[in-house]
Amino acid sequence: MEKSSSLWKDAGHRLSRNHAAMVSVVALFLIIAACIILPAIPEFIQDPDLQNLPNKNIAPSAGHWFGTDHLGRDILSRVLSGGRISIAVGLITTLVSVSIGVCWGALSGYAGGKTDAFMMRVVDVLYALPFLIVVILLGKTLEPLTAQLTKLAVAWFSPPGSASAAINKTTAWVEPITTLVPLFIAIGALSWLTVSRIVRAQVQSVAKQEFVEAARSLGLGHFRILFRHILPNTLGPIIVYTTLTIPGVMLLEATLSFLGLGVKPPYSSWGILIDEGANRMLSNPWLLFFPTLFFATTLFALNFLGDGLRDALDPKSAKD
Amino acid sequence: MLANLIGRFFQGILVLFVLFTVTFFLIKALPGGPFKSAEKAIPKHIREKIEAYYGLDQPVQVQYFRQLKNLLHGDPGLSLRLEGREVTEIISQAFPVSLRLGLAAMAIAICVGIPLGVIAAWKKNTLLDYSAMALAMIGICIPAFVIGPLLADQFGRRMNLLPAMGWDPTDPTSWVLPAVTLGLATAAYLSRLTRAGMLEILSQDYIRTAKAKGVGSFRMLVRHCLRGGLIPAVAFIGPAFAGIISGSVVIESVFAMPGLGMHFIKAIEVGDSPVILGIVMLYGTLIIIANFLTDLLGLWLNPRLRKS
Repeated sequence: MEKSSSLWKDAGHRLSRNHAAMVSVVALFLIIAACIILPAIPEFIQDPDLQNLPNKNIAPSAGHWFGTDHLGRDILSRVLSGGRISIAVGLITTLVSVSIGVCWGALSGYAGGKTDAFMMRVVDVLYALPFLIVVILLGKTLEPLTAQLTKLAVAWFSPPGSASAAINKTTAWVEPITTLVPLFIAIGALSWLTVSRIVRAQVQSVAKQEFVEAARSLGLGHFRILFRHILPNTLGPIIVYTTLTIPGVMLLEATLSFLGLGVKPPYSSWGILIDEGANRMLSNPWLLFFPTLFFATTLFALNFLGDGLRDALDPKSAKD
Repeated sequence: MLANLIGRFFQGILVLFVLFTVTFFLIKALPGGPFKSAEKAIPKHIREKIEAYYGLDQPVQVQYFRQLKNLLHGDPGLSLRLEGREVTEIISQAFPVSLRLGLAAMAIAICVGIPLGVIAAWKKNTLLDYSAMALAMIGICIPAFVIGPLLADQFGRRMNLLPAMGWDPTDPTSWVLPAVTLGLATAAYLSRLTRAGMLEILSQDYIRTAKAKGVGSFRMLVRHCLRGGLIPAVAFIGPAFAGIISGSVVIESVFAMPGLGMHFIKAIEVGDSPVILGIVMLYGTLIIIANFLTDLLGLWLNPRLRKS
C-alpha cells in the first residue's frame, strides 16, 4: 500500500511542476468561483434577467463591461449565472458517461469472445437509437421528479418562515440546476458509447502485452489486473476524450433548450448565450465574444489540465 | 475469418431487429402525433379518417407487425408529414447529398486531424505541439453554427470565392464550405485522440529499442508508432463516420442543403414514424458496418490481437 500512496504523491508532485496545468487549475478555480459567488452579490452583479429596454444593445462600456443584449440585459451577469448551469451540466454528465463508458469498454475488451460481442452489439443498438426521441421522452418522464427535487432543495436552503422574496430568490438559484441535473445524468447514462469503444480498443492492445502476462503469472485476479495494471496504461486517450465530451454536452444543452428540455427562459447558459450571440454576431459581436471567451477558456484549461494529469499519471514517466 | 464474418452478419440482423422494436415503441410513446398538431387543429372526424387511411387506428401490435413486414420488403411506406411521398423516395433523394458531404468532410478531417496529432505528439510540449492543440481546441470550442456563417460570409459574400449556400451536385465548389465546416470539429477530435494514442506508444519500451538501434525518427514514427498510436482515433472514426454521412441539421440549415438531417428532425417533431424508422434503420446499418470495419482495422493495427 505504501507504494500506491507514493504513486499519487509522485503524480501530484509532477503535476505541480507543469506550468500549463497549474495555470489551468487557477483559471478554472477563478471561473468556477466567479460563476458561483458573484451572481449572489447584487451590489456587484445585477439581476441577469432584469430587462432594461432603453439600455438595449449597448457595446461593452464602463456601466456594462460585456455590453447588453436586445432586451437590455447585462451580458456579464448572464455569462456568470449561465456558467454555473453549463459547468454543472458539463461536469456531471461527463462524469456519468465516462465512468460507464470506461467500465463497459474495459470489461468488453478484457473479456473478449462472446461477452465482448454481446456488449458491443448493445453499443451498436444504443448508437443507432434516435437520441432526440429518447431525450424528449426522458424529459417528460423526469418532470415530476425534478419538480419534487426543486421543492426539496428550496425547503433545504430557506428556513421555515422565510420571506417570500427570499424564497423566490432561492428558487431562481436552485431551479435551473434541479430541473437539468436529472435529465443530464440520464443523458450521460446514454452517451458513453464512443468512450467505451475507445477504451475497449486500448484495453485490447494493452491486455496482450508482456507485463499483463507477468501480472497474471503472479496470480493476480482479473479485477486487479484490469483496473490496476491495464487501465492506467490507457489513461491518455480516456482523459483526452473526457475533456472532449464536456464542450459537446454544454452545446447539447443549448440544442435541447430549443425543444423546451434544456434551461428554460429567463435562465441562461453558455450554450444558449453563444447561440443567441451567433444570430447577431455581425451586428453585435460582443454578444458572441464574451460567452465564447468564457466557454473557450474553461475548455482550454480543462484540456491542459487533462494533458498535465496524463503526463503526471503516466506509469512510464515515473523515472524521469 | 469467414465464420467470423457470418457471425457478425447474423449479429447485425439481430441488432437491427432490436433497434426496430425499441424505436417503434419509443415513437409510439411520443406525446402528440402526426395529425394532432396544436397550431392547425384538424377536425376530429377528418383526423380519424386520415388516421384510418394510414392504419393508425389499428391496435399497436398490428401496426408493429405491418411496419416490420413493410421494412422486410424494403419499403417503409408513405411519409405521414409529406403527403403522398414514399420514405424510400425521400431517403434516396436526401441520402446522396449527406453521403457526399460526409465523405468530403471525413476526408478533410482525416487529412488534417491525424497529421496534426502525430506532429503534436512527436514534438510534445514544444511550441509546435501547443499551437497544433490550440488550433484543435478552437475547432472544438467554436460550434459549427458559428464557424459556418462566418466562413460563408467571408469566403462566400465578401471575397466571392465560393458559393455561400445551396447545393449543386455538378459543382464541387458548392461543397467546399459545408464540408470544411462539418469536418473541422471531427478533425479537432481526431488530432486530440491521435496525439493521445501516439504518446502512449512513444513511451513504450520497444520504441526505445528502435531508437537505440538507430532507426531514424521519421521512419520510426511511421513504421513503429503510427499503427499502435492510431488505435483510439480509429475507434472514434467508425461511429463518427456513420454519424457524419447520415446528415447534420446545423450544416444543412446554415448552407441550405437538402440533406437527411433536416428530414429526420422534422419527422421526429411530428412523429412521422415511417420516415423516422426508415432513417434509423439506415443509420443502424451504417453503424453496424462502420463498427465492423473499425474492428477489422483494429486487427490490422494491432498484430498481437490476431493470434488469439
